[in-house]
Amino acid sequence: MTSKLSAFLEDTGKLTRFSFRFFTEGFRPRYEIAEFLRQCYLVGNKSFTLVGLTAFILGLVFTIQLRPALIRYGAVSQIPYIVSNAIIKEIGPIVTALIFAGKVGSGIGAELGSMKVTEQIDAMEVSGTNPFKYLVVTRVFATTLMLPLLVLLADAISLMGSFLGYNIQDVMSFSRYFDHVFSNLTYQILLPSIVKTFFFGYAVGIVGCYFGYYSSKGTEGVGQSANSSVVISSLIIFLIDLIAVQFTDLLGYN
Amino acid sequence: MVNELSIINPVQDPKSTKAVIQIRNLGIRFAENIVLDHFNLDLRQGENIVVLGKSGSGKSVLIKCIIGLLTPDEGEILVLGKNIPDLGHHELDEIRVKMGFLFQANALYDSMTVRENLEFPLRRHSIKLSAEETNALVTEALTDVGLGHTIDMLPVELSGGMRKRIALARTLILKPEIILYDEPTTGLDPITGGEITDLIMEIREKYNTSSLIISHDMKCVKKTADKIAVLLGGKCYALGTYVELKASTDKLIKQFFE
Repeated sequence: MTSKLSAFLEDTGKLTRFSFRFFTEGFRPRYEIAEFLRQCYLVGNKSFTLVGLTAFILGLVFTIQLRPALIRYGAVSQIPYIVSNAIIKEIGPIVTALIFAGKVGSGIGAELGSMKVTEQIDAMEVSGTNPFKYLVVTRVFATTLMLPLLVLLADAISLMGSFLGYNIQDVMSFSRYFDHVFSNLTYQILLPSIVKTFFFGYAVGIVGCYFGYYSSKGTEGVGQSANSSVVISSLIIFLIDLIAVQFTDLLGYN
Repeated sequence: MVNELSIINPVQDPKSTKAVIQIRNLGIRFAENIVLDHFNLDLRQGENIVVLGKSGSGKSVLIKCIIGLLTPDEGEILVLGKNIPDLGHHELDEIRVKMGFLFQANALYDSMTVRENLEFPLRRHSIKLSAEETNALVTEALTDVGLGHTIDMLPVELSGGMRKRIALARTLILKPEIILYDEPTTGLDPITGGEITDLIMEIREKYNTSSLIISHDMKCVKKTADKIAVLLGGKCYALGTYVELKASTDKLIKQFFE
């Protein structure tokens, strides 16, 4: 028990130091622009289909399941308002971030872990490259910037699914449905939910890179890196969400 | 117990007395495990030294200290007159241009083609080259290892021997004065291993490189070594030619030659 606690605290300390290293090295030249853009493309492109499909189904199913409860209160016409609030404030960011952690976080952990055990990271250093800047900084910036974009797209696709779900049993025109959505959508709802996704993206990137960069024990270690990246970044996403909701509550945005 | 360097100390070739690597009292430990303990060795211009030792004896640690991937706890590593542990990032980068490192696992970048793998060190070190010059260097390095046709292939499409040759080509592309080989024939069949051994000798002939080679493959050791340094207990236990060490009656040395 003591050794597990000690290992947990040690890992937490190392991860914190790794995060600080990102800030000390990430904003100083040499800037790896080409690799950053390549990572943006890979990270965004790799996740878009899965995120989009999941978001569409989520919006559709959520609307269908919500309808019977709202019928009891005679509030079916409030579906666009309720669904858009739920999706934009919470469900869209959290579900997209969790899918992102599963898809991109594990990929980063496995890729860097594999590079570590096959000495590719050492080879980069010998070739005059700072591997932290080339591999870690570019990936963390890419995940931090791409996740908010994916969340915005996921929110939009999810609302399309919701529109379809509503029209399965009721009828409302596309323009009327989205008039309802946008009439209730304020910056106080949108901004906090987007701001927190930058932190989610950062968490997925830094945790994936940390476990990959310090991978050991050969191929077994690569699997462990991928697994730990998903588990820990998912946990951190919920913790950030918890802090974010307290913060927005304090500001009166809820 | 035989003292360090005391078994055999061959007369140096008077034509090549300039030491390109001088290791003095090198020491490194990981937690309580002392890996290198007052290790001393000189590598001279144009010379091939093979480091022999048991698995886990610190051979890879030694060459990773020389290239600056690991920082020793004590001692000096003078490479072309500069002490590696004292160098800053830019100075280390400058000295690494003059040193090649062939990794045991080849360390080819999986996501890059052979051409991109070879161009990587050229682009990353602060070397200004035109596209034509870069292309000429890539072509020459690939021709040296006999794999010009693989230029647009990915590492995953190559056999183990081909990957080793490409890794060697990447090592050669900066025309290094010193090459560090980490078990160059490990994991290869005897024929391919023999081809890599021949390639090491051809490279020395063509570019007059000085090499530190870590190997367990006695065929490779016999063919490539001007001298053999036996690493035992973290120290250079013995230094001599293949013939001299093979004739040794010391049981710790004999175990490598049986």
